[in-house]
Amino acid sequence: MAPPADARLQLQTVRLTALYGRRAAVKDVSLLFPRHTVTALIGPSGCGKTTFLRCLNRMHELSEGGWITGKVLLDGEDVYDPSIDAIQLRRRIGMVFQRPTPFPTMSIYDNVAAGLRVNGGRPRAELDAAVEGALRQAALWDEVKDRLRHSALALSGGQQQRLCVARALAPEPDVLLLDEPTASLDPAGTQHIEELCHELKSRYTIVIVTHNLQQAARISDYTAFFYLGDLVELGRTEELFTKPTKERTEAYITGRFG
Amino acid sequence: MTGLVALLSFLAVLALLLILGDLIARGASSLDWSFFTKNPVPAGESGGGVANAIVGTAIIVGLAGLIGLPIGIGTGLYLAEYGSGRLGWIVRFVADVMNGTPSIVVGIFAWTWLVKPMGHFSALAGSMALAMLMVPMLARTTEEMVRLVPHSLREAALALGYPRWRTSLRVIARTALAGIVTGCLVGVARVAGETAPLLFTALGNLNFSTSVLQPMQTLSLQIYVYATGPFDEWHRLAWAAALVLMGLVLLLSLAARWAIRQRHGAAR
Repeated sequence: MAPPADARLQLQTVRLTALYGRRAAVKDVSLLFPRHTVTALIGPSGCGKTTFLRCLNRMHELSEGGWITGKVLLDGEDVYDPSIDAIQLRRRIGMVFQRPTPFPTMSIYDNVAAGLRVNGGRPRAELDAAVEGALRQAALWDEVKDRLRHSALALSGGQQQRLCVARALAPEPDVLLLDEPTASLDPAGTQHIEELCHELKSRYTIVIVTHNLQQAARISDYTAFFYLGDLVELGRTEELFTKPTKERTEAYITGRFG
Repeated sequence: MTGLVALLSFLAVLALLLILGDLIARGASSLDWSFFTKNPVPAGESGGGVANAIVGTAIIVGLAGLIGLPIGIGTGLYLAEYGSGRLGWIVRFVADVMNGTPSIVVGIFAWTWLVKPMGHFSALAGSMALAMLMVPMLARTTEEMVRLVPHSLREAALALGYPRWRTSLRVIARTALAGIVTGCLVGVARVAGETAPLLFTALGNLNFSTSVLQPMQTLSLQIYVYATGPFDEWHRLAWAAALVLMGLVLLLSLAARWAIRQRHGAAR
């Protein structure tokens, strides 16, 4: 493995184009994700934000007709290199989806342990500690510690989403991808997740897709604006929201379209 | 409109009730201990039971399940998970055609390829014929049930670093399990009452036999022989055997209902 060119730089895309068959959903996007920062991807629906996110952990190639050109570098290493196993890669890059997706046949405990068990057996005590640690990081431990054996479906939507965060964190990934994680949550659930982003960025590099501009402004260090598959503008969040350099960005954040 | 629909559903239920009522009226009086424990007696003598047929049904249907369930479920999983290509289309088409194939044709097929080469009728050939009926049914049911599992669950498992096969088994199949079990029970109940495919394969046997390589009696075959025979005593036993078979199928259907209820209970 090549040593990272810049220790501050964790994840990077180089001229990444994502296609469905012949149709490009993401066009020639080069982006940098510094270590332990939160980057928000904003833009109107259908502008390739989610597709871009799914390229980072090689989920895009599982979609019908999905393929890419360009590179995605994790710690300087191209994740699309033939020597990289996509399954192993996904254990280093956790993902949380738009809707909570707890495994319905598993208990709360088993849900969190799922990503660890798939990596091979480990001693019970170690597993217990990892599950507790992940649930604490997801700020869910106190609410579920007495019912770890209960079905995950008994939790509220907001709790289920934090359970999914815990499940993604348990294998100790380097990067956390959040695809509109609060889209289906109420304000309280949303606030919980946003607070989590703040706390988790000391340990993880976070990329979050959101439709909620206030949310992007509240929680991210950097914001990237996508429009029709193109990266229009990338900047420090406060700069992008106060003095955007592109007219289209300004039009979007001031609500003139989108 | 509501009245019409109610009338039609009443007619549907009425048919079942009439059959069941008739079976109970004519068959229940013959159900005694010896009916379940004794073997048939020679024609003309009274008494005797269908113990051989009850055991034979259990063996033949059980063996059919052992052969048919794994193949059917496996095919269904394949269709749901990997069946989007040309091969999937072909398998699905074949399954649909086989689903519509008259069971007697399956019986003749099994006779040609199993009974004739082996040189004699056997319970095993009967089980194979029943399994052949079960497989396409189970494949399609399993496929439907697996397809009902939300796509997002599959994605969640894959994003967690699950290999594809493990996603299929540990997450998808487990989530669809109650539905698959229901499909299995319905499939077993359906073939338990089959007669035609057994006529040329298991043949029937007046004696008690547990050897799967020999001809074996089943309830459906016993009903066929007794109902078409000339003796009143046989007719009496045929009614009773029909009642037992019907009860067996009802029991399996109830078990299937119960399995469905379990699934909905778990989803709540």
